[in-house]
Amino acid sequence: MEKIARIDMGAQGGPRVTFEPVGEYAGLGGRATTSIMIAKEVNPLAHALGAENKLVIAPGMLSGSAGAMTGRLSVGCKSPLTGTIKESNAGGQAAQVLARIGYAAIVLEGKPEGDDLYKIIVSAEGIKVEVDNSLKLMDNYPLVEKLRAQYGDKVAYMTIGSAGERMLYAASIACTDPELRPTRHCGRGGVGAVMGSKKVKAIILDDAGMKMRPPKYPDKFRDANRKFVEGLRKHPVTGEGLPAYGTNVLTNVINEAGGYPTRNFRSGTFEGAAKLSGEAQAELEIKRGGTATHGCHRGCVIQCSGIYNDKNGNYLTKQPEYETVWAHGGHCGIDDLDVVAELDFLDDNIGLDTIDMGVAIGVAMDAGIIKFGDGEGAIRLMKEEVAKGTPLGRLLGCGAEITGKVLGVEKVPVVKGQALPAYDPRPIQGIGVTYATTTMGADHTAGYAIATNILKSGGDVDPLKVEGQVELSRNLQIATAAIDSTGMCLFIAFAILDQPETFQAFLDMLNAFYGTELTGDSVVELGKKVLSAERDFNARAGFTKYHDRLPRFFYTDPIAPHNQVFSVSDEEMDQLYNW
Amino acid sequence: MHVTVKLFAGFRNGRIPIEETELPEGTRVIDVVNRQTIPVNEVGIIMLNNRHAKLDTELVQGDILALFPLVGGG
Repeated sequence: MEKIARIDMGAQGGPRVTFEPVGEYAGLGGRATTSIMIAKEVNPLAHALGAENKLVIAPGMLSGSAGAMTGRLSVGCKSPLTGTIKESNAGGQAAQVLARIGYAAIVLEGKPEGDDLYKIIVSAEGIKVEVDNSLKLMDNYPLVEKLRAQYGDKVAYMTIGSAGERMLYAASIACTDPELRPTRHCGRGGVGAVMGSKKVKAIILDDAGMKMRPPKYPDKFRDANRKFVEGLRKHPVTGEGLPAYGTNVLTNVINEAGGYPTRNFRSGTFEGAAKLSGEAQAELEIKRGGTATHGCHRGCVIQCSGIYNDKNGNYLTKQPEYETVWAHGGHCGIDDLDVVAELDFLDDNIGLDTIDMGVAIGVAMDAGIIKFGDGEGAIRLMKEEVAKGTPLGRLLGCGAEITGKVLGVEKVPVVKGQALPAYDPRPIQGIGVTYATTTMGADHTAGYAIATNILKSGGDVDPLKVEGQVELSRNLQIATAAIDSTGMCLFIAFAILDQPETFQAFLDMLNAFYGTELTGDSVVELGKKVLSAERDFNARAGFTKYHDRLPRFFYTDPIAPHNQVFSVSDEEMDQLYNW
Repeated sequence: MHVTVKLFAGFRNGRIPIEETELPEGTRVIDVVNRQTIPVNEVGIIMLNNRHAKLDTELVQGDILALFPLVGGG
């Protein structure tokens, strides 16, 4: 990871590739690389789909090493969905492969004129940019099948479906998993639309001839990695719950807590939750010959994913995540896992964020386009409207905010244009602070207060009270920005926040790899540096503290069963970045 | 008194997932945990009528008790 490649897609005479040393971005990775580079190099007032925007693709600090859990890839840009800076990360093979080829970042710049569509091949020999108009408007599964016939199975693919080509604001970038399925997505914020604006359909990452990145101190690194893996295996969340049930184990928990947003945030419990639950999903997956335990990248020891087969035992999709099951399930009043799984497949195939897409469909239900609970209707909207790029499909594919505006819906659950995920901020106040204040627009991962409010992991803060929520969200947002920079999966947080020796092993891995002497304080400083760069970009893009608020109905409309509103004061929320 | 006990995730293995049961007055959460032969140190989240409760919380007529191991996701 000693070099950066810049690809000027708008260069005279066709795309031009230049290489440079990592320079001022040395020692960074993942979200630190993407956010600091975007904040420095992109005009915050640029249009997200214009030539001035850049798409930065960066593996994490430890990606490409032998370290466990290091397969997260960060993609950064100005977001067309939110107008803020954006970092969206995904698992899959791309981060490991890109890091082994030797790049700290691939930066797509400029914008070509004309209608040609490009693919980019990155290998040890260099970078080739080729026109391939045969790929036009292909969706991810057939697209990857076609590319595999040419480039084989020993590479990783990053692709956009038809949604990205159409520059829909909820478009994702798909990364292939170890079995070359396009199931791991940089989902949030419309990063796929930015790739589409630059006319890049596919990036093929080929690490043939390259080895794993060597640590500076191999023995120490091996030892630290072993302790780190032991820590993950012995913690009940990373060692038992996630492998057995996946993230969807949360459906029952959040529903029991009265924080499961149902039918566009009208209730905090859903009568059909048990049918959608992780327990039911795992049982069905195993019964149908799929699996409830699968890793999204090689080197994952948590294995929170799975394979979901249809009624006939044929592959339908990967195990849908909790937030996906909620967005397409309870949020829409749908209680059928097969419907949810088909929608998950359609999202992956067309190339869409499952959260913004699902929330948009629920908002459309609120507007009466189809009825709540109409699973067939939801599938029809995806197949006949979104996939075909009809006017209705395009507005749905631009996410919940645009859908709500066009269809005249008052209660649209978004912050900075991005849809709220699967946790209601009225009975779970801590997550509301994160939704409102994160640099990303509503995003649960940015500061996962659910862990402390509901799951009692990493501490205990009462979800129904306002006390302690701002401090909690601040600390989690800082820690998350740092973890997102290492290339580690965020789920390590459950183990490293609860087990001091596992946190130490995590630090030891970084130090043995880079020959540094990082401490817990250094991790905090890294997190603050990343957040400060993001916040600075957003301020220059026109965002103020008045944008750090939830939609008004969360302050005025109580929700059953707790009959509470969101009550953290504006003054308190404005202290989040006061560190 | 009449109480509904719900078990989730790994607690369901070899046990009845949802059970409406008669319990003597004064029964606490920990007594239910013991009756279910769940090791106390494995109890991660206790929800009683949609609110967090503790092992020594006393149950009353009509309560809905949900027991989870430590779980996570996101």
